[in-house]
Amino acid sequence: MAEKLVGTDIAPPDLRAKITGRAKYAEDFRAPGMVFAKLLLSPMPHARVRRVDASRALAMPGVIDILRADEVPAREGPREACLTDNPRYEGEPILAVAAVDEETAAAAIEEIEIDFEPLPFVLDPLDSLRPGGPNPYVEGNQFSGQDGWSEFKWTAADFEAIDAGLMPDPECPVEWTKGDPESAFAESALVLEEAIVHQSLTHHPMEPRSNMAYWEGDRLFAFVSTQSSQQTKFALAGALDMDPENITFVSEYCGGGFGSKIAGTTIMQVPALFSRKIGRPVMLRVTRYEENYIGRARPGFQSWLKMGFLEDGKCNAIDLIIVQESGPYGAGDYNTAGMIADLTYTPQNMRFRAVPMYTNTPPKAAQRGPGGAQIISMVEPILEKAGRELGIDRLEMHRINAPRSDVRFGPRDTSLTSVHAVEALEQGAELFDWASKVQLSGQRNGSKVTGVGIGLSPYTAGSRGRDGMMIIRPDGKLYVHQGIGNLGTHSIADTARPAAELLGYDWDDVVIVWGDSSRGYPRSTVQAGSQTTTAHTRANRAAAEDALRKIRAVAASAMGGSPGAYRVDNGRVSGPGGTMTLGRIAERAIAMGGEYDGHVLPGDIHEQTVPAAQMLAGQGLMGIARDNFGGEGSIYSWVAGFALVELDEETGVVELKEYVGVTDCGTVIHPRSLGSQIFGGSIQGMGMAMTQRWVFDPKWGVPFANRLYTARPPGILDVPPDLKWGAVDIPDPQDPIGAKGIGEPPVGAGAAALTCAVADAMGGRCVCRTPLTPDILLAEIEGRDRGFGRLDQHIG
Amino acid sequence: MEQQESVGVLEQKYSRRTFIKGVIATGATVSSTGYLFRGSPLLGAATYQSATERLITLNVNGQDRRVDVLPHETLAMTLRYKLGLTGTKLGCDRAECGACTVLIDGVAQYGCSMLTHQVRGRAVTTVEGLEDPDTGELSVVQQAVLEEGGFQCAFCAPGFIMSMTAMIQDNPNPTREEAAVALSGNLCRCADYDKILTCAMRAAELARSV
Repeated sequence: MAEKLVGTDIAPPDLRAKITGRAKYAEDFRAPGMVFAKLLLSPMPHARVRRVDASRALAMPGVIDILRADEVPAREGPREACLTDNPRYEGEPILAVAAVDEETAAAAIEEIEIDFEPLPFVLDPLDSLRPGGPNPYVEGNQFSGQDGWSEFKWTAADFEAIDAGLMPDPECPVEWTKGDPESAFAESALVLEEAIVHQSLTHHPMEPRSNMAYWEGDRLFAFVSTQSSQQTKFALAGALDMDPENITFVSEYCGGGFGSKIAGTTIMQVPALFSRKIGRPVMLRVTRYEENYIGRARPGFQSWLKMGFLEDGKCNAIDLIIVQESGPYGAGDYNTAGMIADLTYTPQNMRFRAVPMYTNTPPKAAQRGPGGAQIISMVEPILEKAGRELGIDRLEMHRINAPRSDVRFGPRDTSLTSVHAVEALEQGAELFDWASKVQLSGQRNGSKVTGVGIGLSPYTAGSRGRDGMMIIRPDGKLYVHQGIGNLGTHSIADTARPAAELLGYDWDDVVIVWGDSSRGYPRSTVQAGSQTTTAHTRANRAAAEDALRKIRAVAASAMGGSPGAYRVDNGRVSGPGGTMTLGRIAERAIAMGGEYDGHVLPGDIHEQTVPAAQMLAGQGLMGIARDNFGGEGSIYSWVAGFALVELDEETGVVELKEYVGVTDCGTVIHPRSLGSQIFGGSIQGMGMAMTQRWVFDPKWGVPFANRLYTARPPGILDVPPDLKWGAVDIPDPQDPIGAKGIGEPPVGAGAAALTCAVADAMGGRCVCRTPLTPDILLAEIEGRDRGFGRLDQHIG
Repeated sequence: MEQQESVGVLEQKYSRRTFIKGVIATGATVSSTGYLFRGSPLLGAATYQSATERLITLNVNGQDRRVDVLPHETLAMTLRYKLGLTGTKLGCDRAECGACTVLIDGVAQYGCSMLTHQVRGRAVTTVEGLEDPDTGELSVVQQAVLEEGGFQCAFCAPGFIMSMTAMIQDNPNPTREEAAVALSGNLCRCADYDKILTCAMRAAELARSV
């Protein structure tokens, strides 16, 4: 028997390149005659460019040319172009200059005379909702494709309530209700009402969104930092309005994205357009400073939550209002937040209202666990507070309210494939030893107080219907062609494992083909929403089943007998007529042609897969198929996080002492990598909840926290040296492999475990705000005036 | 104790102050807009001739390399754009993340915060120089990372690997807490710190058994 591949620790095949410096990220590519572009960024949060004089810059030795906004694809309404004369946030790229080196390009930028007309701006969505408040666009603050721009304001009465610290009852463009919340609240034994602020924060992947491009005739060669490969190639083609088959797209490694580089980046258009204009390869090296502005950010919330509980601790009603800070180009994750609140607390009666608001702050995008991470980190402490008031153990509160597999949630009564949240909670409680640790709650050691907390966090974790494509070549090896990107999750390799196992392959004889479109990509998912593990274990499994059928047919035609009587293992196929190596089978498949070597393709594969498959036809036995396995309901994974912290009441500093994360993500494919996802996501959540903060100067609208040290992500000393993780490891019953994704849910779990533990250390008091920086906690502990309003965003 | 001493030596040799003094002495200023490299046409021949020698010899990964270096050029830029050693990454440009960590005479240093002129006559080691040049065998640190399946996106990996290489020299038998301190100059945004520490401990173990 060949080795077992699913559920074992196998280092990904690209690791050697990563640790020897041979791995090429976008900024590591070079091309003959390559020149360097530099961006001129807007110094104002909202302005119009009145005049540009680049004559001095263009006269400088070494300067090649300038690229202006009128030379790039423009888009109507609140939609982003890669360069603009109407900047809507500080740091928005206005123009680019190319020169023989980066220094010259940077110096030329300084020589450009540019006259801006400053315009009113909005940093805080509530300012724009106030009657008579400013708008982020000259034309208004709301946009619809049908009706264009309009102005949307709440009433003076709404703000009277808000200013009095009450939950308002405003009109919202997004609203749904299920059950009868009003009657349910009347029946609640306890009703809690809180105003909540969740900050926006920059993604800051380690690799900034640098990229390079050149042209050979009509063919574009693009080297891009992106989470997805095949889908980004099509996104780039769409942005440039060109035939995707005329792009050679290279994205071998991506130094992190976390949602900020899903289908590439807007700025990836600049080198492509600039190199076409000047006829030379163009490298755009994005600095950390620039990344802070153009690198995307998680949308913030200002929110009111009313939550009702029955005597036994069951949440029976939720009323939730979210005002979302959507940035200048309108990304929103409020709908997901509403869905996840309904899913996690199963109230049966819920009203959800939301208003996404444009603002003149850096553009927003999905950030790992979008919507879910924010709502979970904010609501979990309120659930635990209810437990305290009702005299119910907090673990029990989570268990009572967590859904089971038969859950229905959201406005469309969404169903799920499987839910094992309670099992994750129970396994986590055991690993963490909740029963003993909860006894330490409130214990003092000098100025330090211990707190413990739990965060239970779900997120979408899969999609269906993608294509798989693989070839067994005459060398006997299995070449798995992956159109997904290589963003560090190891999924380029791990999603091929169930397929290789089905075909009886040793892992050493499996070659993962990825990164360069000229090697052939099948239609793939974007790598977002933790879809990849499910989507591509399925797609590859479908292609492997197709390959197996063809191997048996070829074997039977060569050696006689019925195809079904042949078995594959260890690179050979054996049956009644004898044994052949898969290398020989591949040769024979090429000779037979037709469907066997990919000259005839299945009718249901995606049109984007077809050109790649046609290119690879005739190279061996081709397994190619669409994932038609089907399935009912959405796919969600869970992480239950448990944290023990020490809060120093003299300094406001919180130290994480212990953390446990346990997941329900179905079948475990790669245990060690799964552990990294749970810890990494959880720690990112802790950064979101505790250390990274966005601060703006309200007068000029410019961010102060614009580098890593001013918006600090957690470092190695911020986490305890020993962390624990676990997995329920129950296969999803509606999936041929049973695996669900894991990227998103740990963020909310880590953040919420910490916000709950901090509230616990403060005797159950919820600050209801992120980040919980020492100054904010100190003001709360000492009962001082915090110096800012309860709902203020971006406070210093 | 050993660690403290080596830090003291470092401060003398490569403090921020010396870095800035070095820049001032060569008649250039640090631009806020970007990194400076190549033989820039902005600096006419007369400017640099009067300032300092440009064609210098660097010892990188055991080889002497002749390279044309501007007075204010950083080591990370020279390595990446002049010597083709793109294993050294630029994550922040300003000594905040450690992705550009290299060894100077065996001591871990940020390549973004060293002037190339400062390392003349010193041994520079980058991630490309860790394998055995004759056999291609991985260094113990690389071997440990391979065995433990280290890193996710791995953009930070070269920097961490250089810091681990320095760590096992300074402290061959670290605790996990000591290893964390030794690696605290490097940032991993995937936050794969637990596995990174496991790799570091395994590296120390492998080094002790060699």
